[in-house]
Amino acid sequence: MEPLLEVKNITKKFGGLTAVDNVSMQIFPGEVIGILGDNGAGKSTLIKVISGVYHAEAGQIFYEGRRIKISNPTEALKIGIETIYQDLALAENMNVYSNIFLGREKLKKFLGLVDVLDHDYMHSESKKVLNRLDINIPSLKNKISTLSGGERQAVAISRSIYWNAKLLIMDEPTAALGVAEQKKVLNLVKTLSSQGVSIFIISHQIHDVFSVATRLLIMRRGKKVAERITKKTSADEVVGLIVGSILGEYN
Amino acid sequence: MINYHKPKKIGISILRRWTLIFLLGEILFFGLVGTNYISLNNLQDILVASTTVLLLATGETFVIITGGIDLSVGFMVGFSSVICAKVMVNLETAGFSQVAAISIGVLAALLLGLIPGFINGFLVAKLRVPSFIATFGMYGIAYGFAEIICNNIPVHNLPSSLGTLGHGYLFYWLPGKIFSFLNKPGNLTRDELKHLIVIIPNVVVITFIFIAIFAFILAKTKFGQHTYAIGGNINAAERAGVNVKTHLIKVYMISSFFASLAGVMYVLQYITGRAPAGSARLLDAITAVVIGGASLYGGKGTIIGTVIGALIISVLEIGLVNLSIPTYNLYIAVACILIFAVLIDQFSPELIQKEEEI
Ligand SMILES: Nc1ncnc2c1ncn2[C@@H]1O[C@H](COP(=O)(O)OP(=O)(O)O)[C@@H](O)[C@H]1O
Ligand SMILES: [Mg+2]
Repeated sequence: MEPLLEVKNITKKFGGLTAVDNVSMQIFPGEVIGILGDNGAGKSTLIKVISGVYHAEAGQIFYEGRRIKISNPTEALKIGIETIYQDLALAENMNVYSNIFLGREKLKKFLGLVDVLDHDYMHSESKKVLNRLDINIPSLKNKISTLSGGERQAVAISRSIYWNAKLLIMDEPTAALGVAEQKKVLNLVKTLSSQGVSIFIISHQIHDVFSVATRLLIMRRGKKVAERITKKTSADEVVGLIVGSILGEYN
Repeated sequence: MINYHKPKKIGISILRRWTLIFLLGEILFFGLVGTNYISLNNLQDILVASTTVLLLATGETFVIITGGIDLSVGFMVGFSSVICAKVMVNLETAGFSQVAAISIGVLAALLLGLIPGFINGFLVAKLRVPSFIATFGMYGIAYGFAEIICNNIPVHNLPSSLGTLGHGYLFYWLPGKIFSFLNKPGNLTRDELKHLIVIIPNVVVITFIFIAIFAFILAKTKFGQHTYAIGGNINAAERAGVNVKTHLIKVYMISSFFASLAGVMYVLQYITGRAPAGSARLLDAITAVVIGGASLYGGKGTIIGTVIGALIISVLEIGLVNLSIPTYNLYIAVACILIFAVLIDQFSPELIQKEEEI
């Protein structure tokens, strides 16, 4: 199988600081990869290179086998790379289905003359994608402002899936959530992966990452120090790699 | 099954519609206390008196929903009234027919009225000038230009047939004898004239046609949807592919279009153009929008709410006149209603939440 995304020798500097130092990795369709590392290890910077927020000084990005350049987040979105942001990019004053269709509203003719919003279509399509992802939200006509943090995240994710995201990037997705909600998000990650969506997940909660990721990538001071199959490692080893008390294969 | 939530639900829907109930209460109150308040003529007078506020507030609703404010509309009314009147006078003097002079005057005012809106929108969207400042600047500029155009004196001697349109009605009805549409029946005796019933002033008809069109646009179309999205989360809108800058420019142009339309309606009603025309109505318009449920933080508001808000103000205004209460009391009353409206909005957000088609 061909990787969905492959990055080779990515280096990103901020002035004199090398935030990401010669990192290579690949992700396959439907795979969940956990990116772990201490604060400032370069996790966010690495994924921001992939989502088009930052430009790497060196390195290459291949997507579905072709070398690509991602100059801005819109380009990343267009090819199916979607980042779920903490501020979530949802309009809180609007309801669930309006957010899922924001910018790509479905229209119908009113009296054969003017284009108006097709609420029924957008409502039922949204319902379908939410059902497909096992997401339970009482009413899709509720405004986002009435939803919990986990529900909002689920809406943001549904939105990207509906519009054919192939690679989701989740930076600390469970950070602001209660325990029950964290569980739901992790379940959602599993559902997504079973449906062929690839996911990068960054989290401080090693436990979370262990429960969903098949592979782990450990970063330290900008470098990728180790890569592990989740089943073949332990939390102890990973913590050791993160803090540097255990040396990884790339140290 | 007994629905225990029913009383609460009723309470919520009353709270949601408090403005409508308040408006009806006002009318009832003045109807009981005033003289001839609830009569066809008086109710029509209320509508005529409210056209400026209604028009300004409709345009302002769009701007406020995006999270901005348009202060320029106050003097845009005068600006457009002066252009409209001046063009009409000059064309008639130059030998144009009255119909041509009037039509071109109206068109000129409406078209030129789009320019300040474009500039406002450009400053706000592209150059990131706070809307308060950009439109406040335009407020002064519009006034200054209006005074220049009319040489500091109100424009008079407008085409005589203007009154037929501006003071006309949609229907004329002489019970049992005549029912006429748009045309005032001629050759009536004094007694017949006294009994002639006039229904719906033309200026009110025109005003509500435009309000209805834009209420539709805001509530039903993609354009309306994006207006709400920008007010709710401008970054989300941008990320979702909404062309936020162009959209904002259009929104400010809608606002200045409505202000120009108010200027034209002013000319139709008063058969003159004046630089300060309508300027006193700016705050009433913003108040109407806020009473109508919009938030100055953006993302919220409806045209129907705004219309009710505007009517609350003019019903009160005409009511005070009816009771011979000095109109400065209006300021106090309107201010209290405004603060009340904001308080209701602040303290009952979760009560008033409901499923919505936005
Ligand atoms: N925009 C930026 N400008 C300058 N330095 C930055 C910027 N973003 C991140 N850094 C630095 O790059 C390093 C890696 O940061 P980051 O990728 O956010 O780490 P992590 O997400 O692993 O905690 C840190 O030292 C951080 O201070
Ligand atoms: Mg980070």
